[in-house]
Amino acid sequence: MSANTHAHHHGAQDHGAHGHGHGEEAPHGSLASYLTGFVLSVILTAIPFWLVMSDVIADKTVTALVIMAFAVVQIVVHMIFFLHMNFRAEGGWSMLAMIFTIIVVVITLTGSLWVMYHLNANMMPGHSMEQMIKDAP
Amino acid sequence: MSTATTTATERPVFYEVEEHAHPEGSSTALGFWIYLMSDCLIFACLFAVYGVLGSNYAAGPGPKDLFELPLVALNTTMLLLSSITYGFAMLTMEKNRVRQTQIWLAITGLFGLAFLGIELHEFHTLIEMGATPQRSAFLSAFFTLVGTHGLHVTFGTIWLVTLMVQVGRRGLIASNRRRLMCLSMFWHFLDVIWIGVFTFVYLMGMLR
Repeated sequence: MSANTHAHHHGAQDHGAHGHGHGEEAPHGSLASYLTGFVLSVILTAIPFWLVMSDVIADKTVTALVIMAFAVVQIVVHMIFFLHMNFRAEGGWSMLAMIFTIIVVVITLTGSLWVMYHLNANMMPGHSMEQMIKDAP
Repeated sequence: MSTATTTATERPVFYEVEEHAHPEGSSTALGFWIYLMSDCLIFACLFAVYGVLGSNYAAGPGPKDLFELPLVALNTTMLLLSSITYGFAMLTMEKNRVRQTQIWLAITGLFGLAFLGIELHEFHTLIEMGATPQRSAFLSAFFTLVGTHGLHVTFGTIWLVTLMVQVGRRGLIASNRRRLMCLSMFWHFLDVIWIGVFTFVYLMGMLR
């Protein structure tokens, strides 16, 4: 019966000490945080559109990398100022769920693009087709 | 029968038969967040599909022939404005102002409808030109990705109207506040997805 002595002590004072009550409201932003987020988003949206629409950078690869960097920064801005993400929300569980999601998203995107790019490059007609026709009996 | 006897000096052990109280809706925020994360995975798959198929034009029109960046910029503005007005709705909700919350929600809904209108106009133009989803793998992937986002905005708008009616009938009670908080997460999340769409599909399409 020693297992039963491992009872669930979940007293009221125990609960309060936890720091996160079960009925806690999600964090809300202030007017200042919404406006900061909005202004930053406008800037971070306008610059990539300007870069592409008026061909500011001659090298297209550089432009692509720059606008992708702007997108990542803007996503972070949205997460902080609009979605109010932080490490404390829900005792860290929402951040944990998000980190897990980001890992899966990165694996999905890079994995698909990487594998399929190489598959396309190796399956291109002309690469081996002529050889196959020559070798055909 | 020796195990049945207990000595008086032994500490009494209490067992929690009933679970401790969970106030209604206490886990909604986290649950809804996890839903949004799973939705994020759907979009990641659609982005991956677009990334893989996005350059297979099948001798059909490419992004440069189809996309109009000024229209996309206008669309982006609509969604961004709807995000900030939803933020204002949440702020007035905090101050318990029913009427003002409804007005901000209505403005958000109008921006959402403007976004949908522009997107449908764009789709209509493309289909008129013969650039239908059946035309090429690129267009199939494009319509699936952007269309899925548009469907999310559509359902978000329906949800928004539902909540405006709910707030009108019941006021800003706890459950309505919780629902508004969920929709706020949903709405801002759609804006985050749109950042990926306009960068990855439209802007980078024009660079190809």
